[in-house]
Amino acid sequence: MIVELGHFCLVLAFVLSVSQFVFPIFASNSNFKQLHSITLKMTLLNAICVLLSFVSLVWAFIVSDFSVALVAEHSHSSKPIIYKISGTWGNHEGSLLMWILILSIFGAGLALTQKTMPISQKSWILGIQGSIGSAFLAFCLFTSNPFERLSNIPLNGNGLNPVLQDIGLALHPPTLYVGYVGLSLAFSFAVAALLTNRFDKNWARYMRVWVQIAWCALTLGIGLGSWWAYYELGWGGWWFWDPVENASLMPWLAATALLHSVIVVEQREQLKSWTVLLAIIGFSLSLLGTFIVRSGLLTSVHSFASDPTRGLFILGILIISIGPPLILFAIRGPKLKTDGPLVLVSRETALIANNFLLICATIVVLIGTFYPIALEMTTGMKITVGPPFFEATFNPIMGLLVIIMGVGPFMVWKQGLMRKTKQIWMFGIGITALTIVFVVQASTVLSIGAIAGISTVTWLGATIVCDLVIKVRTLKRNNKSDFWQRLIHLQWSMWIAHFGVVIFLIGALGESVFTNETVARMRIGEQIQIGANKAELKSISTRTGSNYEALVATLHIIDGQDNYIGTLNPEKRIYPVERETTTEAAIRQKLTHDYYAVLGDGNQTDGYTIRLYRKPFVSWIWFGVLLMASGAAVSALKNINYQKKSKKALQS
Amino acid sequence: MSPKSNRLILFCVAAAFLILAAVLTLSALEENIVYFYTPSELDRSEIGSSSIRIGGLVKKDSININGLTTRFIIEDATSQQIVIYTGALPDIFRDGQGVIAEGKFENKFFKANVVMAKHDEKYMPREVADKLKEQGVWQGDTSR
Repeated sequence: MIVELGHFCLVLAFVLSVSQFVFPIFASNSNFKQLHSITLKMTLLNAICVLLSFVSLVWAFIVSDFSVALVAEHSHSSKPIIYKISGTWGNHEGSLLMWILILSIFGAGLALTQKTMPISQKSWILGIQGSIGSAFLAFCLFTSNPFERLSNIPLNGNGLNPVLQDIGLALHPPTLYVGYVGLSLAFSFAVAALLTNRFDKNWARYMRVWVQIAWCALTLGIGLGSWWAYYELGWGGWWFWDPVENASLMPWLAATALLHSVIVVEQREQLKSWTVLLAIIGFSLSLLGTFIVRSGLLTSVHSFASDPTRGLFILGILIISIGPPLILFAIRGPKLKTDGPLVLVSRETALIANNFLLICATIVVLIGTFYPIALEMTTGMKITVGPPFFEATFNPIMGLLVIIMGVGPFMVWKQGLMRKTKQIWMFGIGITALTIVFVVQASTVLSIGAIAGISTVTWLGATIVCDLVIKVRTLKRNNKSDFWQRLIHLQWSMWIAHFGVVIFLIGALGESVFTNETVARMRIGEQIQIGANKAELKSISTRTGSNYEALVATLHIIDGQDNYIGTLNPEKRIYPVERETTTEAAIRQKLTHDYYAVLGDGNQTDGYTIRLYRKPFVSWIWFGVLLMASGAAVSALKNINYQKKSKKALQS
Repeated sequence: MSPKSNRLILFCVAAAFLILAAVLTLSALEENIVYFYTPSELDRSEIGSSSIRIGGLVKKDSININGLTTRFIIEDATSQQIVIYTGALPDIFRDGQGVIAEGKFENKFFKANVVMAKHDEKYMPREVADKLKEQGVWQGDTSR
């Protein structure tokens, strides 16, 4: 009964989002202006319907209602409750419904906030959101209905891929989807701007909050994904340049560019048409990211088995949602006039460089990801483009970007460099130079890439500190009385996010340059060397988990003087229901380094294969990601606060 | 300087950079492409010592483990290739499993530095599945 209710709500939501799409068009072409406010109510109702529908699907998973095809296919009654719930979006149909849910929640979010925005504008934006919503609801209802019933009900379900039974992965898709779908609002803002020929400071300010929210979630989502890959896949790495990872990186790069170009529009009313284009591209890439992954075109753990009609539908939606906006952009885009001259050395130029480099990086990733697919489709030749390609192209581009990240904040809008900052500049350059000298000294063990990497990170870190010192000092000199009140209004969000990049890069560099790795076949009691320390295999035992059997190794880490440091317990798990084996890496996480152990196959007499890594600073990668995301969150909160204040000012 | 010339300078810098980036990208692409072959498609004169991937099924009873070094045979309908690999094997490396080995030829042997097989036992690397279907060795997953 609940399942039918959910299905009904989904159909209702489809009707509502079609009207959400159509009403603003009528409203603008008639005198019936109330239709605009009705659009807002439609959006809210739509969100409620999708939510009810989603909840009823979750319910079907919780109570293990195997009469529902999706539940029978992807769940099992013996599964822990949390993975029953997360199983809802661990498959094509459910993840699509979640995608739609987030879309409608974002729509409702816009309908309920930003009250200072003219209602006609708002309803246009929601109309565009409605068009996206209708397309995906149609997709969901006609090709991937999650509520389909089975005529002969199985006694139990097929289970969920054990690799996916993990808390990191329960959270990774929702977070990533919030990021992907959040970009839909930026897209709707952009298309509505083109349709209404209106794109100014305020428009950019309204849009910026949504970009920040989306970016924050996207960053967290990708971070969670790589964290999951690090501890669950047991391959010892955190980023593999897998097509699926690239598919999420591309919208992130575009969104990062957008996040910065929107600031230029807000401050200087420049880069307008570029920003609109970027918003369209960003969302298109996120659609590509979501659905190329699901379509089975790419080989990976992420691709759910799917039939060709779905792939075609996805392609159709992609073309429909990218094509018309781009045509519209070609016609209307150039009309978005830019104000004022462009000064060569200025904050805006630095941000243009930022955008340019980020788009170059996006294109490089795009080529590396889709060239193999294109080649296979045209010539039938099968190739892979591996990490060396990305390291040779993506890394230098990002290195340049990091250098500019250091300079940009010292530049002032419209008018070149900040004055009276020479000595502090010198400090930044000095520290970087010293570091370069120091690492070149040690360069017998380091590659050129590693030296360049360490130097750029030092440069970025030093310049951020310099910038912070200059701005706080200037503030203190000019505002004796209200220094503390004004202190909060400095660009903390930028410093936090940029400093996050520094922390992230320290982690990434530490991991890639200084990792120790050993593989060995070990019998009980044997030792192997890892870096300056040793590891000893103490025992191998078995253990029974909630829905699996495990083989557990006990490894002791000991230092050069035979002092005990810590224990590692890598596991090999066998899931009887799914008839699958997974490796469970053991990680001993410390601030300065991780020990990472994986248990391979083997037996008592020949010993067991053990892979052991010592990875310096690896956990900084995710601290950095967290900092970046919090930078965006702080800025978004600041913007929301600002809008609340301006609303109050408007009312009084 | 006039604003117009500023734009021009910026444009030229961007264009120059773009060309440089394109050249670097294409050369990187050229160097780092890894071709995929099944054993019957292997043509040593064409491959030389460049890094490639070989995909197929692990031949029955061909796995020979000696310490960390594994010697096994990848086969398709008509040909076989001996592969030598040193390191930890994937979870489900076994007879009849679809695998991909990446590495280089050294004399008669293929020295792999990576051996891939996916977690899901129903899973067959797509490249392998396609090629094997073409050759009629494997008929697809009939269990569903």
